[in-house]
Amino acid sequence: MIGAFDPVTAARAPATAAASEPPAAPAAAAAPSVRVRRPATPRRPTEDPPVVEWALIGLALAFLGAFILVPASVVVHEALKDGLALWKEAIVDPDAIAAIELTLLVAAISVPLNALFGIAAAWSITRFRYRGKGVLVSLIDLPFGVSPVISGMMAVLLFGAHGWLGPWLLDHGIKIVFAVPGIVLATVFVTFPFVARELIPFMEAQGVEEEEAAHVLGASGWQILAKVTLPNVKWSLLYAIILCNARAMGEFGAVSVVSGHIRGVTNTLPLHVEILYNEYAFRASFAVASLLFVLALVTLVAKKALEWRQRRAIREAARRGAPAGA
Amino acid sequence: MSRAARRRLGVLPGFGLSTGFTVLYLCVIVLVPLSALALRATTLSWAQAWSVVASPRALASYRLSFGASLVAAAVNVVFGVLVAWVLARYRFPGRSLVDAVVDLPFALPTAVSGIALTAVYSRTGWIGRYLEPLGIQAAFSPLGVTIALTFIGLPFVIRTVQPVLEDLDPEVEEAAAVLGADRWQTFRRVLLPAMVPAALTGFALAFARALGEYGSVVFISGNMPLRTEIAPLLIMTRLEQFDYAGASAIAVVLLAASFLLLLGINRLQAWTRARTGLA
Repeated sequence: MIGAFDPVTAARAPATAAASEPPAAPAAAAAPSVRVRRPATPRRPTEDPPVVEWALIGLALAFLGAFILVPASVVVHEALKDGLALWKEAIVDPDAIAAIELTLLVAAISVPLNALFGIAAAWSITRFRYRGKGVLVSLIDLPFGVSPVISGMMAVLLFGAHGWLGPWLLDHGIKIVFAVPGIVLATVFVTFPFVARELIPFMEAQGVEEEEAAHVLGASGWQILAKVTLPNVKWSLLYAIILCNARAMGEFGAVSVVSGHIRGVTNTLPLHVEILYNEYAFRASFAVASLLFVLALVTLVAKKALEWRQRRAIREAARRGAPAGA
Repeated sequence: MSRAARRRLGVLPGFGLSTGFTVLYLCVIVLVPLSALALRATTLSWAQAWSVVASPRALASYRLSFGASLVAAAVNVVFGVLVAWVLARYRFPGRSLVDAVVDLPFALPTAVSGIALTAVYSRTGWIGRYLEPLGIQAAFSPLGVTIALTFIGLPFVIRTVQPVLEDLDPEVEEAAAVLGADRWQTFRRVLLPAMVPAALTGFALAFARALGEYGSVVFISGNMPLRTEIAPLLIMTRLEQFDYAGASAIAVVLLAASFLLLLGINRLQAWTRARTGLA
């Protein structure tokens, strides 16, 4: 999430501050006992009393329960409370099937485009030194600061009937807004930074030695990319693609502006959820929403698995004495 | 390219292609549309723009958007630090499951969050039915907007503070204990200062996200003009009336606020780096 922020060294400042304070006299004598593990000692001075510990855990779980567990359970409950048959009926509805197909199509176009961009941007930014790089990195972040509604609106301003290119497009029979290209465009904008933001710090940390070695050994640029860089970043890339895909399939605000809500034609899954909900077809709405909920769960599991894999890789690298990747 | 310039640039091939593609793609996808938006707003005269941007309905929507986002981000700082602390420091059954679930607001499409939160906090909902006798109307009120924005911003503070706590050298706390600090003093004077930059960054990220949020709010807010209408929704309404210039004017206000926040976040991170440089 955050760029070059280094928490390890960040923590050092207050440490020295604390150390420079005048020591409270008798405690210094107790210093050795901190290091010694004795079963008789109830708890180390750096541990919290069990009462505090359990109170804090309880409070944290209550907060997460009210804000995450309960809403998540409601989705499943509302989707399935009238039985699997009715759930299935909402899913196999032709409009729902069309929405599923459109959502898959939009993700299949926008995710690879942004992955390609992310690789190019990371290569350019981490493998070369030139002026204006900082500006470029900031500009890549811009879409994260733009409201989804505004993201969709920009496509309307450019390509809509009253937009700049609207009349020209109309003359040539090209429809972008209130059609699939507009939805793709809005989705590409919204998911624009995902891959680049993940790859840039990762490739920065990896350094250029391996690529330079390949270059010296006579590999061409494409060979270096295919045989050195991509294999090195593949897990990081996959991680970014999973997150990018979740956002692409789930985007609502931006797509809502450009779609026109034509059933069976320009309705993605999140829009279909909204339409059903606004028609008071709550069961069907939650049934379709449960599909997106499953997508979210799969995303979380894949994300956790990749994070776990990376931590293990770093640990193993540390054990072998090699410098850790990240 | 001269040899000196090449050495400054680096030895690897592909500079022109990768940078060219990056800049071109950035222009087509991001910069041109953003300029189109800014230019569309300038088709209004100053007086016209002001009457749109400062209309009572618009002012009410900013008040709600900024107010609710601020409250939501503040709630997230308090509970975010708490959850980050619990996850980083304590071992309890189901900890890794809880740790995974924290990211759900990132992964769950906003429309799904919206209808789920509405179902939970409406008058007959699982939590709403207990708030109703207390005279608290959660859904279809500014409180509902705040609840949705809290949900959306929930992972930011946790995910910025948690790594700081996990990477904090245990010796720091041991030193404090050895020097005679009790647990609360150690927390307040050693651990809290270490968390502040990360918590602030998380706050700003959550605030920026909440400001532009649309999907999860429209269901729970009820969308009553002057009362529960957020700024992004007002833009949507103007667009539906084909008032593109008016919509652009409000969008520019919202964008300016978001970009200032992004700038602030960058400054925060620079500040953190500067502190580490000094240490």
